[in-house]
Amino acid sequence: MALRFEVLGRFNRARAARLTLPHFVSQTPLFMPVGTQGTIKGLTTNQLEEIGCQIILGNTYHLALRPTSELIDELGGLHKFMNWPRAMLTDSGGFQMVSLLHLADITEKGVTFQSPVDGKPMLLTPEESIQIQNRIGADIIMALDDVVKTTITGPRIEEAMYRTLRWIDRCIAAHKKPNEQNLFGIVQGGLDPVLRDICVRGLVERNLPGYAIGGLAGGEDKDSFWRVVAQCTALLPEDKPRYVMGVGYPLDIVVCSALGADLYDCVYPTRTARFGTALVPEGVLKLKHKAMAEDTRPIDPTCSCMVCKNYTRAYIHCLVTKDAMGSQLLSYHNLHYMLQLSRDLHSSIIEERFPDFVRGFLQKMVNAECECSRKERDS
Amino acid sequence: MKFSVKTWSKSNGTTARTGVFQLGNCPQIETPALLLSTRKGLPHFISPDLLPSLPLPDSSLLHVSPLHFMEGISSKTISSIGGLHKMLGLHDFGFVAVARDSIQCLPECSATNKIGASFETPCGRLLIKPADYMRLISSLRPNLWATLADEVPAWVSKKRNQTSVDRTAGGVAFGAIVGGSDIEERRRCAQEVVKRNVSGYWIGGFGFGESTDERPALLSAVIGSLPKDGPRLISGLGLPEEVLQGVAAGIDLFDSSYIYHLTIGGFALTFPLHNKIYVSDLKKTGMGIYQTKINLKATVYRKDATPIVESCCCYTCQNHTKAYINHLLNVHEMLAQILLEIHNTHHYLGFFRSIREAIKEGRFEQFREMFIEKRRNHLAEVAVSA
Repeated sequence: MALRFEVLGRFNRARAARLTLPHFVSQTPLFMPVGTQGTIKGLTTNQLEEIGCQIILGNTYHLALRPTSELIDELGGLHKFMNWPRAMLTDSGGFQMVSLLHLADITEKGVTFQSPVDGKPMLLTPEESIQIQNRIGADIIMALDDVVKTTITGPRIEEAMYRTLRWIDRCIAAHKKPNEQNLFGIVQGGLDPVLRDICVRGLVERNLPGYAIGGLAGGEDKDSFWRVVAQCTALLPEDKPRYVMGVGYPLDIVVCSALGADLYDCVYPTRTARFGTALVPEGVLKLKHKAMAEDTRPIDPTCSCMVCKNYTRAYIHCLVTKDAMGSQLLSYHNLHYMLQLSRDLHSSIIEERFPDFVRGFLQKMVNAECECSRKERDS
Repeated sequence: MKFSVKTWSKSNGTTARTGVFQLGNCPQIETPALLLSTRKGLPHFISPDLLPSLPLPDSSLLHVSPLHFMEGISSKTISSIGGLHKMLGLHDFGFVAVARDSIQCLPECSATNKIGASFETPCGRLLIKPADYMRLISSLRPNLWATLADEVPAWVSKKRNQTSVDRTAGGVAFGAIVGGSDIEERRRCAQEVVKRNVSGYWIGGFGFGESTDERPALLSAVIGSLPKDGPRLISGLGLPEEVLQGVAAGIDLFDSSYIYHLTIGGFALTFPLHNKIYVSDLKKTGMGIYQTKINLKATVYRKDATPIVESCCCYTCQNHTKAYINHLLNVHEMLAQILLEIHNTHHYLGFFRSIREAIKEGRFEQFREMFIEKRRNHLAEVAVSA
């Protein structure tokens, strides 16, 4: 185990903690931005530090293709390669194969997929995923799991859950750097409480440094999603970090934190930025909208980021989706928003005002929504 | 605006000079100087929080094309925000407005007529009337702006050239000097402009296919007609050799798309900046391996864990390796352009500093000759090995 997890404050199930990783001491709840190919699109590592990013994600699948894990290893690991001094997490590569490649086939051996380079069939085994992640060198590495869509039902869910449990042992056995990198197991089991229960217990028995709740945020309804998170967090050990994979909507992060989750990742804030959408306390602001052309207010008047201190909605409007700078500035703002939200969650729990914070957060969103539908009705 | 000439080149056959130039709140800048190319007022990929990492005060002059604001935002909105400085949050920068950006907005002389000047822009071909242009200028409030010019390329006929001059000099008060490749027209235009109440001179119509050999005569025809105390800004001369040619003729300010084009192509400037390194470098390595730039997409950089230029103190070279930038280019990540624009801007500003030092120390001609010589030798070498 190469981490320390200290809970500093609680409110009911919510917790604020200090997570000490080999490269950084981070504060949870925490949003982790996704830097797929060894960079967060459009931002320098200095800017990421300034925004307050503490852990960033790299995608094993993409990095293994280019520049290859061997090259990253030869040049001293991903931290050194991209010059990121703080903590890092890599996924197993399995999810990308299933989501990006049509012809991925999952067997007991591993995930078989068509190479995007030459079209030949290739096999990613749990052992290989861990070897690649060992070479990349992130602080947290993820076990290869059998991912199925939450909207699927039937025996496939059960098969995937049991296979995930069998693969975790192969991952643990293959992991060569347990003192430098933390292997997290992933809870699967779809929306079925019985399967989730079996999976959590199975993983907890292995006494891993941390646990992820996987297979969510894939189109299921909010009630089912929150119910699974609530069930898993209740069963997972108190003294280990809990990571809800693929979650990035601010509202989901607030709810999951209230349910006792600690870590989140999603491409949403940066991807939506590139499409011209800003995250604001009221929800989202579409900068492409014509009304923005004459709006001389900042994106979010309550935001203290470099973009909101300097730029009007009107100016950003004339950049978005046309110029690189539009993506750069909106990505900066959106990540700042996500990290500010993370800091607010942490401090409100520590300072015992978590309920007030959540109430205020929800009120702004709901008020804005009401106003929106009223306007629609009036017009 | 304040401008004064500080030193004149002592070499024969050159009218190169150094000076100090000051615009608005912008710190005083030494000339010859480079105006940084922008898109809608901000450098193409360098966000405003990264700008302070560039050498100061050298990086405080920005070239802005008013044509970038023809759509997306209205003049009225720009006015109500308070102009460029407020809209961009760059209060201590000097903005110089010149219509063409030499990238996406280029003069299209065949469609220019009595009514206005025509440009090819990302929003199609636009005919800009002087009144529209003035409306834009008054909402943007740049520190300095060039009058709307009718720029003609080198190959148009003499008669067409004459109309160009009449239209530009007629009725406008700020100094755009055009005249294509006709020495007489160039001189006539300069003389007409000088009669007007202008605070400086913008020389347009270069970089449109005129030959390097005909340029010195055209430049000296223009410069020879201008008073010695006004600042001279030129558009369209961007390559190192072209800048040296402009400096030799007595140009003070350059707006240039060179860095943008290098950056987009995945190139990084690497030529030595200081004369001392220059000379020893020449002796030590022979002339063969001298390169002005490297192509970071090349596979030789795949595992190169060194910065672009070992001795460079820019953000990119202090933080990243050639191998990383090579990877970013391979996977089409925007950070590649950000890092390259930072390095290339830093490096090119250093080139301008070396030029100023050479003029002050009375060795500009040697500096220029050595630079061009090495460049020529390198090109010859490349041609031989190809």
